[in-house]
Amino acid sequence: MTATGAAAERPLPAVPSVPARRGRPPGLLTGMSLAVAALLLSPLVFLLIEASGAGVGTIAHLIWRPLTASLLWNTVRLTVVVTALCAVIGTLTAWCVECTDLPGRRLWAVLVVVPFAIPDFVISFGWSSIFTWVQGFQGAVLVMTLGVYPLVHLPVAASLRSADPGLEDTARSLGLGRFRAFLRVTVGQARGAILGGCVLVALVILAEYGAFEILGYQTFTTEIFTEFQVSFNVPTASALSLVLVVLGGVILAGELPARGRGRAQRTGALAQRVPRRHRLGQATLPVEAALLLLVALALGVPVGASVYWMLESGAPTLTGVSILAAGVYTALYSAAAAAVATLLAVPVALLAVRHVSRGGRLLERSTYLVLAMPGLVIALALSYFAERYAGGFAYQTSALLIAAYAILFFPLALVGVRASVAHAPVALEEAARSLGRPAPEVFWRVTLPLVGPGLAASFCLVFLACATELTATLVLVPTGVQTLATQFWAYQQNLAYGQAAPFALVIMAIAAVPSYVLARYFDRLPGRSAAT
Amino acid sequence: MATGWLLSACGGSAGQSITLYNGQHVQTTDSLVSAFEKATGITVNVRSDDEDTLADQIVTEGSRSPADVIYTENSPALEYLQSKGLLTAVEPSTLAHTPSRYSSPQGDWVGISARVSVLIYNPSLITASQLPTTVLELADPRYQGELGFAAGETDFQPIVTSVARAYGTAAALSWLEGIKANAGTHIYPDNETITNEVNRGEVAFGVVNQYYWYRLASEVGDSRVHSKITYFAPHDPGYVLDVSGAAVLRSSTHQAAAQRFLAFLVSQQGQGIIARSTSFEYPIASGIASVQPETPFDQLQPNSITIPELGDGSEAISLLQQAGLL
Repeated sequence: MTATGAAAERPLPAVPSVPARRGRPPGLLTGMSLAVAALLLSPLVFLLIEASGAGVGTIAHLIWRPLTASLLWNTVRLTVVVTALCAVIGTLTAWCVECTDLPGRRLWAVLVVVPFAIPDFVISFGWSSIFTWVQGFQGAVLVMTLGVYPLVHLPVAASLRSADPGLEDTARSLGLGRFRAFLRVTVGQARGAILGGCVLVALVILAEYGAFEILGYQTFTTEIFTEFQVSFNVPTASALSLVLVVLGGVILAGELPARGRGRAQRTGALAQRVPRRHRLGQATLPVEAALLLLVALALGVPVGASVYWMLESGAPTLTGVSILAAGVYTALYSAAAAAVATLLAVPVALLAVRHVSRGGRLLERSTYLVLAMPGLVIALALSYFAERYAGGFAYQTSALLIAAYAILFFPLALVGVRASVAHAPVALEEAARSLGRPAPEVFWRVTLPLVGPGLAASFCLVFLACATELTATLVLVPTGVQTLATQFWAYQQNLAYGQAAPFALVIMAIAAVPSYVLARYFDRLPGRSAAT
Repeated sequence: MATGWLLSACGGSAGQSITLYNGQHVQTTDSLVSAFEKATGITVNVRSDDEDTLADQIVTEGSRSPADVIYTENSPALEYLQSKGLLTAVEPSTLAHTPSRYSSPQGDWVGISARVSVLIYNPSLITASQLPTTVLELADPRYQGELGFAAGETDFQPIVTSVARAYGTAAALSWLEGIKANAGTHIYPDNETITNEVNRGEVAFGVVNQYYWYRLASEVGDSRVHSKITYFAPHDPGYVLDVSGAAVLRSSTHQAAAQRFLAFLVSQQGQGIIARSTSFEYPIASGIASVQPETPFDQLQPNSITIPELGDGSEAISLLQQAGLL
């Protein structure tokens, strides 16, 4: 989800560098940032309280079950296979779109990104409702690969776009063959981006619930859900959650050594120039066919299956809320959560960018720990804690669902807000302050308008993520309310495919439009504009 | 933004609204709820989930539970809540509507509808004569790879309890281990999935309740039904009739409205909705018969296990856990 990170962290050439002030950050800013970090880490704290309440012995006993081993094996083998497949597919699609003379590459650049926005449970529904063999491990590999390879494509495409074409020319002139030049130079330059994408892919697989439930594939997340269903208050779910969070932490930590390596070094200060695109020649047709196949599998099948079920189903046995009613709730919750997440990101981003300090960096990094916590774990922790320790405060209310969304997608908001804060000239604020304006007014009248577009982008990203979220929503949705995702799920679970299908189509439409905008945004990043 | 919708889940102060924790299938509940709302003007907020989840949730919530009524698919979840002292007595006039053997002997919950276990099979993969006639045969190695099974499905627990009652817990445990081996990779999340997978020909047969198959037929249309159902031998421990019921929570602050909802469920109107709807469960009030193409209720020949013997399901859950299925 934070695929924009790779692009956002890369310094854009046109923007003057912003000197960070080294002085003490204002107390208010530090306090607000600390409060945000505390909120984000609260599910982890709840989890630890819950686990310690059960006692180390019980937890250890629950973790060292034969079931844990089989869950670990299922989860790890799927993660490894899908991540490897996504690395290959995502890198190849990025290279075809960015570095070749492929006809229609502007259109492909958008089409290959769209599947990322479609929830994996919808792709899974499309495939498994039509093809009986799409189930278990093979089904999970297929569906997840089709759903998440854009997480590799996006950062790699951004990286290739800003990479220095001179290096590959140099390598070729030194006698390296075309293929080896590709491997050693192109892939080498994008190594950081590929690894970053792979980390995101792995985290998504750890957190996925809906798709695996449909495919009948057991992972840690599906089992935690089952344990929670069999018994609402046993510590089993929290014990397994801890294992899952540790797995997420390990994957997240795996990226750290890779940071800074594989970065593109330029051959000269003005080396950004029109890249010479590789001529595909006779390979053009096979490449076009391969991309068409990929898009047909990832987009065509879910859309086709939904249309098929709408046309073919018999008499419905279920009633439920209308698409409009579910859509209104989805929009309200998503907008509230997007606003909250974006606002929470502002103090953390300001502190991290404007007042560089070790403490600030640690604080910013700590918020990324949320990435290691699947939505299910966050939802269960909040729900259980609200009921058990907070005297039922906010229990089963919209407020708790919105809080869960805001925590879950905070990293997404931070990436956008941080990038826009980094590119807002601090001199303007200093000028305003030197004219005697108080700090809050400066923030309101100068800083906010400068970072506005970035905030809007963050809002949209979080909105999209919330609108297509299923797992946390299932746990936290208020009594009597259905969102698009939960109503789809209720129909799908009861095999009412004809009734589930329109919801699937609406979810896909909601997801596809913003992702189209996102893809066009990437399309206009520097590097591409120089090429066309 | 308005705080109205934000706090909507807290319930209105008008008093004329109740919260229903619904462990029954939404197919069954939705039409009953809307008819009740129309008849009484009382709003029902429905929270649907697995019956075990809801029961445990109520135990955790204790006296703070937002729920007024719980409606479950099977009796064990209600017996469990009754044993915890969390339910209040059902009004005698409500209990009088349905046969007493289908309600709590203690009077804390009332039976609403009945369901019966069946074998669902795909004739292109297995013939009727090859199917097991007794539930013990499900563990027979000759069915390896042919049996679909849902360990987490609460509908299966009464069958486990019934087998343990008939043959003892040790035999029930080895029987479950045999089932696990036979099911292999065909372990599914619920009975809907078993029904679907058998119908698609992914697995040869499984054990579900009768209504899943009728719903499937209604949902996908007769032309796509590639499966059939049949019964175990009469009075076999696998031929289990179990009861869906409802109760009012002791912590409910809307006792009168909650009792009215229960009364509605067993009324002629409520039972008529169950009889005619696509839920395909059997109404149990006297004088109302299911009009669907099902085996008539009085022609069923289930095992003699009673509601108290089905208990709170804890023995079944424990056996499933020991067999590594939960």
